[in-house]
Amino acid sequence: MKLGFYPGCSLTGSSREYNESILAISKVAGIELAEIPDWNCCGATAAHNLNHELSVSLPARNLALAELAEMEELVVPCAACFNRLVMTQRELNENESLLAIVSEKLQFKLKNNIKILNVIQFLEKYVLPQLDELVKKPLNQDVACYYGCLLVRPQKVMKADRFEDPMSMDLIMQKLGAKAIDWPFKTECCGAGFSVSKTEIVGELSGKIVRNAVDRGAKAIVVACPMCHSNLDMRRPAIESYLKRKVDVPVIYITQAIALAMGLTPKQAGLQRHFVPVNLSVTQN
Amino acid sequence: MSKIGVFICHCGENISATVNCGKVAEVAGKLEGVAYSTDYKYMCSDPGQTIIKQMIKEKGLDGVVVAACSPRMHEPTFRKACSEAGLNPYLCEMANLREHCSWVHDKSDATTQKAIDIVRTLVEKVKHNKPLSTIKVPVTKKALVIGGGIAGIQASLDIANAGHQVVLVEKEPSIGGHMSQLSETFPTLDCSQCILTPRMVEVAQHPNITLMTYAELEKLDGFIGNFKATIRKKAKSIDEKLCTGCGLCTTKCPTKKIPSEFNEGLGFRTAIYVPFPQAVPNKPVIDKLNCQYYLKGKCKVCEKVCPTGAIRFDQEDELVELEVGAVVVATGFNIMTTSEFPEYGYGKYPDVITGLQFERLASASGPTLGEIRRPSDGKIPEKIVFIACAGSRDPAKGKPYCSKICCMYTAKHAMLYQHKVHHGESYVFYMDIRAAGKNYDEFTRRAIVEDKVNYLRGRVSKVYEENGKLIVKGVDTLLNAKPVEIEVDMVVLASAGVANPGSEELAQKMHISYDAYNFFSEAHPKLKPVETNTAGIYLAGACQAPKDIPETVAAASGAAAKVAILFSQNELSREPVVAVVNRSAPPLYSTCVGCFMCATACPYSAIGEEEIKDRKGNVIKKVAKVNPGLCQGCGTCVAFCRSKSIDLDGYTNEQMYSEVMALLNE
Repeated sequence: MKLGFYPGCSLTGSSREYNESILAISKVAGIELAEIPDWNCCGATAAHNLNHELSVSLPARNLALAELAEMEELVVPCAACFNRLVMTQRELNENESLLAIVSEKLQFKLKNNIKILNVIQFLEKYVLPQLDELVKKPLNQDVACYYGCLLVRPQKVMKADRFEDPMSMDLIMQKLGAKAIDWPFKTECCGAGFSVSKTEIVGELSGKIVRNAVDRGAKAIVVACPMCHSNLDMRRPAIESYLKRKVDVPVIYITQAIALAMGLTPKQAGLQRHFVPVNLSVTQN
Repeated sequence: MSKIGVFICHCGENISATVNCGKVAEVAGKLEGVAYSTDYKYMCSDPGQTIIKQMIKEKGLDGVVVAACSPRMHEPTFRKACSEAGLNPYLCEMANLREHCSWVHDKSDATTQKAIDIVRTLVEKVKHNKPLSTIKVPVTKKALVIGGGIAGIQASLDIANAGHQVVLVEKEPSIGGHMSQLSETFPTLDCSQCILTPRMVEVAQHPNITLMTYAELEKLDGFIGNFKATIRKKAKSIDEKLCTGCGLCTTKCPTKKIPSEFNEGLGFRTAIYVPFPQAVPNKPVIDKLNCQYYLKGKCKVCEKVCPTGAIRFDQEDELVELEVGAVVVATGFNIMTTSEFPEYGYGKYPDVITGLQFERLASASGPTLGEIRRPSDGKIPEKIVFIACAGSRDPAKGKPYCSKICCMYTAKHAMLYQHKVHHGESYVFYMDIRAAGKNYDEFTRRAIVEDKVNYLRGRVSKVYEENGKLIVKGVDTLLNAKPVEIEVDMVVLASAGVANPGSEELAQKMHISYDAYNFFSEAHPKLKPVETNTAGIYLAGACQAPKDIPETVAAASGAAAKVAILFSQNELSREPVVAVVNRSAPPLYSTCVGCFMCATACPYSAIGEEEIKDRKGNVIKKVAKVNPGLCQGCGTCVAFCRSKSIDLDGYTNEQMYSEVMALLNE
């Protein structure tokens, strides 16, 4: 089993552990992830705020490279990268003149039919069917699955059936033996890019998310987006100053949770890279 | 040699802006068989019609082509003018230069050429037209009203009071509809039941009204003046003649925990039940889906306690056939339920309720006897939020249209809450306050000014539960715009009004059109608001779009007036566009061989059998015969006939081929 893989910038920097854990669990599940050769930035927030054509051309180049490498399916773990790639694919399929402009720039005629998977879709399609066999150490913990915005939005494109109360991660966590708590902040805004410019806003928004999860008994918050992770984890001091209390609930990627349940070591899952230490009791039976 | 007159209309600038009308008239004048041709600015105006009449007399025209708008618009006008000048009206044809040419093309020679081509085809057709006379059909002076809410009640009473028979069909066990569920009504705060229940009784007692409750339309055939309706009377499992409505059975029924439809799930009912104490008829029905006897074969407690022996477990649905002349559709509306709102918890929180549920809480006949108590624990809510536009004006997740009644009933709800819970605090989140109507704006102002309801202009993004309280997260967009979070005890959604489930199937049964939201469509949004596109079927009330009570009653009376107008005639004139089987001299009599393929093909069952007999009465031949009263002129039989023995008057094969050949033989 070989799938295309687009890590994007976060997975090579601030969320290396996301990358490591995805590759680790894929290896256990017998899936090979082949990185797109010479991939570039997806354009992130900056491109589509400033230049529409650029915001489509950047992801389109990545899609073109994936097509050249004859990839049929492409796994994009970062929620923001995923959003940009999916939106680009959709827009180019709907707008012929834009497709012509972009093809001209790239000097490449896009077929534009690669199936793009976010991490949840990837897990559901390729890992979940094997999970019963692969889980060695069930996670007997209460966890709060936090989806954020881009995993389920825009609704028109993602077609998530319960976009205000998604369940896909909850179901995966239950398969791992954890109890996914019912809580109302699954899709609240974490503050996103304000992380850099107005950290106190992130402190408040992410603070409310963390507080609700803790108050409802979550022993860990499970995420699938590098931005969410850095706001809930790296910005913990801002959160604590907003909440005026110390909160030590760890924030882990869903792929790290799977890695632990598969019996991989905390190091193989990249848990040592977090700001908020991951209490080992979370990971034991 | 024909003497045809061609009259080209400019339709103001509608046609002349893109078509050279003078040129069309000039070319048409030279066509074979055309004796006169002219153009004029408004052919439908009085001077325009006078030109046609004069020319018929002066030139002795034997055929007329008016090249103007769609025949749907003015064919009756011009046919009448011809008839007044002594020409058979069916020798007049219209060439549609407006919808088929000038409106859809730019100004060019090609556009003018197309107009000429259209005129030429009609000239060729009219050469083969034969004089026809209208068909008279009788009118059955009995109306069918479907739906027993306030719309159906009003329409039934008006038609009945005009002296005509009415059959009122209601699918629930009682008439009354949504209005019977309401507490008080805006803008006067008079009690809904107090004004409605006397009307319900009047319906039941009216000598001209036959009431069929627990019944639904199964099938509708026929046409204006002559419909045949099949009604399914669902088995009530009681003998209505014996039942006195004492209610003993309902008190003894052991199945007591069925959510009451009348109380919107906030109270319970038994399996044998009367929906509410003021029901009409006030006799119970057995809900077979919940009755222990029907489910498990045991119980029969109601049968044991019934003092008159009225219980009939073996009763079956009954199909009743009715002949009616007109149908009024008054099937009403429904509302979106709380589970359809993701942002308010997908129906997860018991204290997030719909406006209709709030009506039941506020109603003296409701589960709390009119006290505002929240469903989860029966406590009186100290703080309450009303969310307007829940599902309305929301193209992303709900309905793009405004549900129209919610601004008013939300103001009423907040007012009623303040009147009943004096120390309570109420908030309304709204987009705009739409209170257009007599005394409506005054009413919403009263809620804000006198009753101190806090109106916040902004949307709610989320409702969630924390420590037994509902947290309403929204935004106040006015003045110092800011996000707000209010901790409340209860949330009331002004849910969007939607079409009733099943309205699509009902529309298809009746062959009436409906819109993208399954609301029934009127024939014209301004000038035919209570008619449908199917003659003889009328609309009343919220089955058309969300409507408040005054508007519903007005529409119902309007529909009733249309029925009364129809019933004021003893017979109706119908277009003589019907199929005819040819007849010829003996020994052939007819080319029809009696295969009756046409009868199989006919969607209106209009084709029967005719025996051709000799003088001694021996049958020589059996041929097909079209009943002109039933034939709708669709022409399906013509296409099916193997020996070309059947033809459609007004659109004969000969006429159609001449039109086509006129285009091909240019």
